[in-house]
Amino acid sequence: MPIQTQLRHGAYYDSVVLMQLQAALSQLSGVQNVGVMMGTPANKALLAQSGLLTPEAESAAPDDLIISVLGKNADDSQNALAQVDSLLMKRSTGTEGDYLPQSLPAAAKALPSAQWVLVSVPGRYAADVARDALNMGKHVFLYSDNVSLADEIELKQSATAKGLLVMGPDCGTAIINGVGLGFANRVRRGPIGVVGASGTGLQQVTSRIHQLGSGISHAMGTGGRDLKADVGALTARQALSLLANDPQTQVIVLISKPPAPAVAQELLRLARTIPKPVVVNFIGYQPNESEASDGSVWFARTLDGAAQLAVNLLSSATPAVTIPAPAHARYLRGLFSGGTLAYEALLILQDYLPSVYSNAPLDKRYQLSNSLVSQEHTIVDLGEDEFTVGRLHPMLDNTLRLHRLAQEAADPQVGLILLDVVLGDGAHPNPASEIAPAIEKAKETARADGRDLPVVVVVCGTDEDPQNMAEQIALLEAAGAQVFSNNETAIRHVGECVQKLGGLGLANVQNNLDQPFAALNVGLESFAQSLQTQSAAVQHLNWRPPAGGNDKLMALLRKMKG
Amino acid sequence: MNIDSANTETTTRMMSARPMLVGTATTRDVIPGMTDDLLLHAGPPITWERASGPMRGAITGALIFEGKATDMVGAAELVQSGKIRLHPCHHHATVGPMAGVTSPSMSVYVLENAVHGNRSFSNINEGYGKVLRYGAYSEEVLDRLRWLNDVLGKVLNNALQGMGGLDMKALMAEALHMGDEGHNRNKAASVLYLKALAPHIARSAPDSETAAQVLQALGDNALAVLNPVMAAGKAMADAAQGVQGSTIVTVMARNGTDFGIRVSGIGGKGTDTRWFTGPVGHPKGLYFPNFTAEDGSGDIGDSTITESIGIGGFAMAAAPAIVTFVSGSPSDAVKATLEMYEICHTEHNAFTIPQLEFRGTPTGIDIRKVVETGITPRINTGIAHKNAGVGQIGAGLVRPPMSAFEDALMAYAKQYGFE
Repeated sequence: MPIQTQLRHGAYYDSVVLMQLQAALSQLSGVQNVGVMMGTPANKALLAQSGLLTPEAESAAPDDLIISVLGKNADDSQNALAQVDSLLMKRSTGTEGDYLPQSLPAAAKALPSAQWVLVSVPGRYAADVARDALNMGKHVFLYSDNVSLADEIELKQSATAKGLLVMGPDCGTAIINGVGLGFANRVRRGPIGVVGASGTGLQQVTSRIHQLGSGISHAMGTGGRDLKADVGALTARQALSLLANDPQTQVIVLISKPPAPAVAQELLRLARTIPKPVVVNFIGYQPNESEASDGSVWFARTLDGAAQLAVNLLSSATPAVTIPAPAHARYLRGLFSGGTLAYEALLILQDYLPSVYSNAPLDKRYQLSNSLVSQEHTIVDLGEDEFTVGRLHPMLDNTLRLHRLAQEAADPQVGLILLDVVLGDGAHPNPASEIAPAIEKAKETARADGRDLPVVVVVCGTDEDPQNMAEQIALLEAAGAQVFSNNETAIRHVGECVQKLGGLGLANVQNNLDQPFAALNVGLESFAQSLQTQSAAVQHLNWRPPAGGNDKLMALLRKMKG
Repeated sequence: MNIDSANTETTTRMMSARPMLVGTATTRDVIPGMTDDLLLHAGPPITWERASGPMRGAITGALIFEGKATDMVGAAELVQSGKIRLHPCHHHATVGPMAGVTSPSMSVYVLENAVHGNRSFSNINEGYGKVLRYGAYSEEVLDRLRWLNDVLGKVLNNALQGMGGLDMKALMAEALHMGDEGHNRNKAASVLYLKALAPHIARSAPDSETAAQVLQALGDNALAVLNPVMAAGKAMADAAQGVQGSTIVTVMARNGTDFGIRVSGIGGKGTDTRWFTGPVGHPKGLYFPNFTAEDGSGDIGDSTITESIGIGGFAMAAAPAIVTFVSGSPSDAVKATLEMYEICHTEHNAFTIPQLEFRGTPTGIDIRKVVETGITPRINTGIAHKNAGVGQIGAGLVRPPMSAFEDALMAYAKQYGFE
């Protein structure tokens, strides 16, 4: 018999509520007829007429609630009865609880703890909603697509200035503090943080990490265009910075379709500054040899490879690294006699520092305005023609360089000095005899000023050179210099040291990830329901297009904010 | 220019105003710009041709009261010929419920804003049944008006002067904690008003029978205090009018044909004549026996000044007893107020709602928010019969036309160069 009856003893419900319940049950699939009534004799007679009076219903007392369902089969009836509680709950009237706010300020008033706004309204309205959310100091999960590139750039620039995140547009997935947003897999919490410009890429990597027995601290989506040159990875940089500072995160995974080359370089530079292993999967990106061999960034060829590498790296990762505050004396000054050595230094330092000034820079923006005076990070090639007019080349005559060395040592902003010493036939017969005392003096100047001034020297030569390489190195080391005989090794060492001096150059973003997740939801109601299922605080909005979707009024209102 | 800070200035002025009810006086003696060929009326400007039934009836009654006409035909002639001019009450620091017709010889309440110095005025409430404000002008209506003028008005003036004025804001705030919302329900406020006046009436009436009649008239009329409440609202609104750059509505008013709003930053001070209008709606509500929505007049009256300053429909959560007007439940009353927060600039610092944990009422309607959210202000109102002289036939809820807010927004954008 497909009729099933449930009795609720002594339950009182308003008749309107019962009518609404009856209507809601009738709309369930497989349900053919429903009777929801109090067990009075008259009501039982009505139920009997429609064939819904089961023996159980017959037994009901006048203050019992009878719910009888005729389904296509017994399962349908059972299923319908199982939903009675949730349907009743849905229709129960509260006071403030069932008012759905229409505007973000009203919603924020209802849920003041919300740090996030989830936006899934149609694209033409989405940027305005996101803008309002940012102006209220909320992070944005922007699921909507069809947001213009110009809007995306503007939103992200404004977010960066405010220290807020905009994940998206067209961001399908994120996991913040254990709560999945949009489409997310249920993964355990753990020490791996993920940044992804691809929704399913993020899902695949987080799922694989879970399958491999580890878990996710946070997974942040950036939207597919974030790593394009126009946007410049504003969100990815913020996300990396957040994970760098997040004490739970020990290993970071960065996944994206191949980014613009300049953006890739920028992101890798940032990744190298983070004292945690970063696994990079720029799908299809070919790292060059020096990148591949780098100890802080690891390249994976596939999504699964990225997941595996991240899990494997956990054993070597050091937990909870604190990031030093920027030192006052944080600039590098490199004083080169060898032009190509200087040029290679500039090239390699790109991996570590966003800008290095020079009298012969790679990028004209960083041309020293006066070659005799350093600016911020500076590499000077003292062998350039401008310095050698009427004077011997610095490989022969150290005068100019020693003078400049003293000048740099006296600059309180200088945190590290880099020199080259080129040996061999034709060069100065004993350069260290002049340079070592000058280094000693420079360090003394700094010490008197309360600073520590490391000096790194790269010596270019062989053990057969006339100057006696070993002796030269010993002299320099005795003066307190750190000496390398390979330019690249020296420069990479310098790059890392200077990064540490300068803090990490992380992007500006508020870190409130560890607070209990709470969000305002504008758009798809299912996102709010999903958050509720995960026991996260959410306030759904009864959103309607602003000004009824009237473009002219919307444009006016946009100009009249604030 | 920062619109938000201009709006804060507007609502600060609105909320800090302190209207004191100081007495009564004759219209021609106190209302600025009043002349003997002028009648004041509710809502935005109106002509005889476009006036609704109740408005025509009230104009006729007022002209008979002034001895200038004997019937509606004569009244129509005077107005159409221009011998009698019609001005909105709002252009003269005045407000009136329903038709709101105020003529030179009528007694009016006089209020003074102790903070900003502006004055405001409203006529004296006539009670129920056949009354001028619903367009009735029979002999009994006129007799009643004469008694209000000659007896009640004078006693009230003596009593109010005797007590040194009555702080209307304090009275309104207290009534919100007693189940009033200040527009459709003024039961508590009227009792408070009577209680405050009673000893002074007893002292200042010429004899005990007059005192008894006055006390009875006030006590029988649960709307006795509506007119001073409205005038207090007008004093607050005028204090808030004319703030450069502000998008806050200072006045909403209806003449039975048009719904009009005024905006603080558009135009000048309280006497400014810029209105944005649209056709009035027809209230949804409950009707007295034998009447239906068919019988209702278009929305009418200056009493929407209450919603304009943050009470009335905006304070619905405070008055669950009257949600039955719109066949709602007490939780609907709460929702009504929560909805109004969405279009208001701030929450009132003096008018609070116990049911919302003493949250301030939604105050300062921002035309930007109205247009953006599509939520128009919620107005509680009485419903007049469409024919002159029948009177009130129900009470309910009405919303203003969105077009008035859109027009105001576009005019603002033009004035301030946002286009």
